[in-house]
Amino acid sequence: MNKTMNFVSPLALVAVLVAVWWTTVVQSGSIIFPTPWDVVLATMELARLGTLWDHIASSLLRVGAGFLLAAALAIPLGLLMGWFKGVFATLNPIIQILRPISPIAWIPLAILWFGVGNLSPVFLIFLASLFPIIVETAAGVHTMERQYIRAAHNFGVSGLTLFSQVVIPAALPHIITGMRISLGVAWLVVVAAEMIAMRSGLGYLIIDSRNAGNRYDLVVAAMVIIGLTGLLLDILMRQLEKIKGVRWRYAR
Amino acid sequence: MHVKIVVRDIRKSYATEKGPLTVLAGVDFTVAHGEFVALVGPSGCGKTTLLNNIAGFERPDRGEVIVNGSPVTGPSRQGILISQLGSVFPWLTVQQNLMFGLKGMLKKDTKRIAQHYIELVGLKGFEQSFPYQISGGMLKRVELARALAVRSEILYMDEPFAALDALTRIRLRIELLQILSKERHTCLLVTHDVEEALHLADRIIVLAPRPTKVDSIVEVQMAHPRRLPSSEIQQLKEEILQKLGVDTEMNDTFLGGSLSGAAWDSSYRPNEGNE
Repeated sequence: MNKTMNFVSPLALVAVLVAVWWTTVVQSGSIIFPTPWDVVLATMELARLGTLWDHIASSLLRVGAGFLLAAALAIPLGLLMGWFKGVFATLNPIIQILRPISPIAWIPLAILWFGVGNLSPVFLIFLASLFPIIVETAAGVHTMERQYIRAAHNFGVSGLTLFSQVVIPAALPHIITGMRISLGVAWLVVVAAEMIAMRSGLGYLIIDSRNAGNRYDLVVAAMVIIGLTGLLLDILMRQLEKIKGVRWRYAR
Repeated sequence: MHVKIVVRDIRKSYATEKGPLTVLAGVDFTVAHGEFVALVGPSGCGKTTLLNNIAGFERPDRGEVIVNGSPVTGPSRQGILISQLGSVFPWLTVQQNLMFGLKGMLKKDTKRIAQHYIELVGLKGFEQSFPYQISGGMLKRVELARALAVRSEILYMDEPFAALDALTRIRLRIELLQILSKERHTCLLVTHDVEEALHLADRIIVLAPRPTKVDSIVEVQMAHPRRLPSSEIQQLKEEILQKLGVDTEMNDTFLGGSLSGAAWDSSYRPNEGNE
């Protein structure tokens, strides 16, 4: 497959889907469900009012805060779990129990603890981001080639220097993968988190548009924006894979 | 020449499901300063375990290893291990890999030393390359240069060239000999390739397998550069292979004489290419 093909075929598929959507809405004569053009108009309306950028910014800020807090805790924790068998044995069972609980299930507790302000969604995103980074980081340390540690010992490198110069660089590609997965999950969760009474964010926009007179054009517009922003976030995270010190992992 | 390494009656067993498995059953030998000694034995005979015990990565159950007059208690820069697996750090450039072992010195000095050894192993121009950007043979040169850069007195080599293709392997042997003629190091090589041992070593210690003991010691007194097809080398090769339990008579009859190295190799190690 050549490069034009990579670009043309997905665009063609999107065009087909939009066409199907459009004809279906027109054929069915629905007055609530928007046509693609209605969605474009709704997006432009939001952009004109300036609320579009506010909603995106609020969501991104919440995701950013929760995600960074999670990374700050999960990376050291994952490294310790990967390095010390005792830490792994102690923490892993609890993590494996907490991990399958959807962050959505935490909403009632979040409201109880943090109220309906900004803290609740940040907490939920923190929870969602935490586990993929912990698990991937620990796996990165576990799967690192033992001969690197032997070589470091051979050159008289041990303790904290060994950790910073060998263990962390060896695990870094895994850490980055964990962060990519986390950010994807965090973006997934922010919408749900913002459905708790709040005055901003893309999740709020969806619920508010529906409640305020069935504005399904705005609902779908918000959905499309969520999808596109998620894609941009992933492209951004992929840039981390281009750091020189981790290219070895992705180069082959 | 004084004695560099003394290996005294080292023994090692491992616990397995079927009870203790003795791998090393009392190994004794010495290596002189600047000497190149090869340990040969069949695959899986405990050669790697033996080398790990000597280099300090494992502790023997009994016996001791003495280097420069003091007992070995763990790995150190005094003796660097170069293994088949390779341990060049993939997240560092060639230059940074060489500088890794030189921590604690002035950066200016480490750069100069790294550069010297990069040029010695013929990697000038690849200083800023990452390991994934260079070939397996070059990677081995980096590993060798990194060991030389810390002025390691001893090079422990565990089948260092086994993962490379036949041509690269021979080229690296010749380069290793050239480097050793400039900077003499004590070398202890583990290999199952008798020809490699005959090419490089001053003395060859033939190991009896499982549990590993010293079977016999063969002196290789030929000067470098050595001609592998020469009759002395082929005679020694035959002698060693016989000790290792390979029936050379059969091959002589069927493959047309022991002087043809190619026939030899294909009978002894069918996976290897001819030379």
